[in-house]
Amino acid sequence: MIASSVDIVPVGLDGLAVRFADRLTDPANRAAVAFRGAVAAAGWDGVREVSSALCSTYVSFDPRVLDHAALTARLTDLAASRDWRAAAWPEGRRVWRVPAVFGGGSGPQLAEAAAAAGRTPEEAVADLTAAPLRALTLGFAPGQAYLGTLPKAWAIPRQTGLTPTVPAGALVVAVRQAIVFAAAAPTGWRHVGQTRLVCFRPDHPDRPITLAPGDAVRFDPVDAETLERRAEDDPEGLGGATWTPTE
Amino acid sequence: MSRSLTVVTAPPGLTVQDLGRPGWLAQGVPQGGAADRLALAEGAALLGQEVGTAALEMAAGGVFRASADMRIALTGAPARAEVDGRRLAWNASHLLHRDAQLAVSAPARGVWSYLHLGGGIATPPQLGSRAAHLSLGLGLRIEAGAALPLGDDPGGPTEMRLEIADRCGGGPVRILPGVHTALFSEDDRARFAATGFRRGARGNRQGIALDHDGALFAAQGQLDLVSEVVVPGDVQMTGSGQPYVLLPECQTIGGYPRIGTVAPVDLPRVAQAPPGAPLRFDFVTLEAALADHATPDDWVRRLARAVQPLRRDPADIPDLLSYTLVSGVTAGDPPP
Repeated sequence: MIASSVDIVPVGLDGLAVRFADRLTDPANRAAVAFRGAVAAAGWDGVREVSSALCSTYVSFDPRVLDHAALTARLTDLAASRDWRAAAWPEGRRVWRVPAVFGGGSGPQLAEAAAAAGRTPEEAVADLTAAPLRALTLGFAPGQAYLGTLPKAWAIPRQTGLTPTVPAGALVVAVRQAIVFAAAAPTGWRHVGQTRLVCFRPDHPDRPITLAPGDAVRFDPVDAETLERRAEDDPEGLGGATWTPTE
Repeated sequence: MSRSLTVVTAPPGLTVQDLGRPGWLAQGVPQGGAADRLALAEGAALLGQEVGTAALEMAAGGVFRASADMRIALTGAPARAEVDGRRLAWNASHLLHRDAQLAVSAPARGVWSYLHLGGGIATPPQLGSRAAHLSLGLGLRIEAGAALPLGDDPGGPTEMRLEIADRCGGGPVRILPGVHTALFSEDDRARFAATGFRRGARGNRQGIALDHDGALFAAQGQLDLVSEVVVPGDVQMTGSGQPYVLLPECQTIGGYPRIGTVAPVDLPRVAQAPPGAPLRFDFVTLEAALADHATPDDWVRRLARAVQPLRRDPADIPDLLSYTLVSGVTAGDPPP
């Protein structure tokens, strides 16, 4: 794909979405995250808010200050100005280590998910912990990150039924992605592990949302006792998750 | 705590609301805020306050007691409001005396009623807003006996009213293309626009279900859509094919197909449509929608000019004078 190939679609009266692909790929996600940063940094009059989903960037604007045609033209030019699919990750992003317990009562569907991916449970844990995943986008609940992308074998579908509830901190997988649930919720994804990660602290003055789009997240396989100890000893109250800055 | 409003009874659906939390979409936090933003603007105009002033949103009324003399206004879905047995006018401002008890019934029409207070509700903001989004743990869960702190009220007129066109019985709403509109066939879009929907039984601050007779509306490749931005006003086809119109507590991203997005100025009519009310969606051009576009700030500015005294008799002359001072213009049209 060339740098300028984007689709710009309307989102009602006061929004436009810039699509870099119609399915999730790493380059398209990289583009959506970087483009969001560039539009926000441009500081155009009339732009109210910019966010990124898996492979598109959303721009909310005041249509009387900035009309659709003018904003479309600016977004088209900005999209064509460089190869966004090869853009750098946002500055100041963090590399997280998140302790997680896999299998057993903490991940009751590990074996089932592994089988769907054609892996043994041990191989599955290795796949999920070998390399850092990336926060592709945040959504469904405040601070809840869609992490990816997992190796091709993990293009496993969602379950046909819903698991009535998984607890906060549950690590679930489907469609080459992993999610740590920010709060207890029903899900069609398979529950393979458990963390104590705190995704959202509404009263935190500086960083109410723990992860940011583009952050790297590496799961650290531990036993249940270690997870509890690290969560309890965590001075930040993030459930034992630690981070280092990237270059 | 100086001034407060004590909640004597707290029926379900009683929450503090303002304009919510813009600016957090990228972090997955929905904007939330009042289901009917026009009602928020009406209350702000009546009390001469900022549109973002936090008010009480009521789905089934409530009973309240004043800790001090305070100005109040009632807007949104009209309900029966009484102070110690005396009936209060709706879409109007009043003076509530210290220790007076205000009882608001469930709405007679519509879904969301609002009680505004001079100085606003002053619960601690989270992420820049006092709006409750209870499923996310944001805002106060109001229980009977709670004393809601109020902000300072610099004062202003009371016993003022607004003439408000009814928006609590459904009707036509304008809709514009959204992220997935192009995935619906032209025939389905035309059929959607021609369909007489009814507001379904299911509904909350996240969205309302739409019932209709006839075939469902399906998008091309709809089982395989990648998650994209979701905004209030999106008309979404759920897994079963039933359409929902999304409201302020909708999620920030999602993969269900959306046939279009309701114009922001018509969302109050959608939110206030009670179960069974007719709703029809007219696709309009950008130009047409822009001509009628208004933000909550615009609403307050226009409404402030339309505020008029509740009664016209000599005793109200001081109110008239103070009204003129507050708004900078004379009262608008005489009451009918």
